[in-house]
Amino acid sequence: MHRFRFVRGRYRGFEPGALGDTLFQGLASLVALGVVALLGVIAAVLLVVASRSVGIFGVGFLGGATWDSVANVYGAAPFIYGTLVTSALALLFGVPISLGVAIFLSELAPAKIRIPLTYVVELLAAVPSVVYGLWGIYVLAPAMAASIEPAIQGVLGFLPIFQGATRGADKFAAGVILAIMIIPTISSVSREALRAVPQSQREAALSLGATRWETTRIAVLRYAWAGIFGAIILGLGRAVGETMAVTMMIGNSNTITLSLFDPGQTIASLIANNFGEGGPVDLQKSALIELGLVLMLMSLVINVFARLMVARVIRRGEGMG
Amino acid sequence: MRLRFPFTLPPFRFDRATRRLWKDLFMSVAALVCVAIALMPLVSILFEAGARGLQSIQPGLFLFDTRDGGIGNSIQGTLILVALSSGVALPVGILTGVYLAEFGKGRVGTGVRFFVDVMTQIPSIVVGIFAYSLILTLAFSGLVGTRLVFSTVTGVIALATIMIPFVARTSEEALRLVPISTREAALALGIPRHRTILRVVLPSSASGLITGALLGVARVAGETAPLLVTALGSLYGFSGLDQPIESLPHTIYTFGLSPSTAENQAAWGASLVLVLIMLTISIVSRVIVRLRSVSE
Repeated sequence: MHRFRFVRGRYRGFEPGALGDTLFQGLASLVALGVVALLGVIAAVLLVVASRSVGIFGVGFLGGATWDSVANVYGAAPFIYGTLVTSALALLFGVPISLGVAIFLSELAPAKIRIPLTYVVELLAAVPSVVYGLWGIYVLAPAMAASIEPAIQGVLGFLPIFQGATRGADKFAAGVILAIMIIPTISSVSREALRAVPQSQREAALSLGATRWETTRIAVLRYAWAGIFGAIILGLGRAVGETMAVTMMIGNSNTITLSLFDPGQTIASLIANNFGEGGPVDLQKSALIELGLVLMLMSLVINVFARLMVARVIRRGEGMG
Repeated sequence: MRLRFPFTLPPFRFDRATRRLWKDLFMSVAALVCVAIALMPLVSILFEAGARGLQSIQPGLFLFDTRDGGIGNSIQGTLILVALSSGVALPVGILTGVYLAEFGKGRVGTGVRFFVDVMTQIPSIVVGIFAYSLILTLAFSGLVGTRLVFSTVTGVIALATIMIPFVARTSEEALRLVPISTREAALALGIPRHRTILRVVLPSSASGLITGALLGVARVAGETAPLLVTALGSLYGFSGLDQPIESLPHTIYTFGLSPSTAENQAAWGASLVLVLIMLTISIVSRVIVRLRSVSE
């Protein structure tokens, strides 16, 4: 509705500045399409450099469990495993807290503190990843090793996932720091989904005598669930690709172990750790870049899915609100 | 619907109606507790960076290079990297934003917007190895020297690639806030459309564009992962676009993991500087938004 159609047809030639318009629109379109093409260039260039590793290891690369730069045998399984485990932990810890934050900010907070509090929560996203990592090794890891992990072991120590020494730099700690880092993403997108719920939904529930929590549960959360689900998936996307804080917290061991208290490695942390090794044409570089391609595909699938979910609920909210 | 302070406790009875009230109170308190848990790391990070960082803040920290345990070359490097990548990414990003807001209609516009959105979510380390692979491929074709693979240029390519889609989306949103009537008024005066956009629409959304640019800068200034695989880091100051370059985040990483306690200490000093830069950018962009909403 806010588009202007210039006079077309026979009067077109008389428009003042028609040539400038064409040129400007042409330039803007060209640049925009160029940006989209960049996505293709990224994929193509990664594929070219990874092709050597793809050619040698084939599909078996994804299932290979060794990463040995002496024997020149590379497999992705430990890192895919590490990425999935830490991201799952991040969601396990991060999602309930993020939802609590979103519900508080959208449904409960008095108007006066809502705006400043929203801003403070978003500040969490402004802290650089490497600062989280530094805080992780000097503050979180000692606390993990000394009290949090022993406490968990004291209660749930019989479970195979809580075995071994508590060192504070392991998959569990990496999951915790990831949870902290995805809270601003999940809570701000879910808050938007909750705000998109029409006020009439809440009023209807309240007028039937529902308490505030019942209103939130029945009328708000149920209405916004697709958007909240999208927000969680977006958080997952961020957790999967997060590099520095995880690299500093996960303990860096290329093994697959069941215990969360053992060190591990994610795709991103392996790339960060090993990229400096060897020459530019080494097979290991090619394998690392193939891993990068796997990571990119994972995050693209996750994000496209999340965007479709979020777009659905926001559109519906706008339509009815 | 708001939380009333102080809480009025429901009566201590446990019939169905009171149970609902108790549950309501419990869930409200639980939500409040979630907020407290979410903010704890932020408070702790700010406190630790302040307390530990202040101890290492002294003239030497800024005067010496990383070779001598200072962060002088890191600050220089971050400024150079951010300035160069902004120089590339801001024009391209804003022009893409103009396309999305002014011309991008129909399926093509939706498609472009979707892909730009997707690009903002590519993990930054992947963008880093993309820049590396791009230069490596060019070097194999003989177009550039192999020395360029780990260099300032490669770092700038990575940072600009991260920044462009982000700036494009924030610019689009800023441009969309300009009322249609403003455009109509300019067009009604017979001003051509491209001049309307350049002289009327862009200036009136200046505050939004600046906010977007600032947030874009903040986003890349804190990036470590893409630089780790491109610009590497250096013990010395800037020595050419085809040479590796140090940056603040990279210094935090290497000093943080260093066996030297003095360097660990300097890592906290560098973190304090970086966090203060981020807070300043965040507050300034907030103030710009506030000023705009007051003036309208």
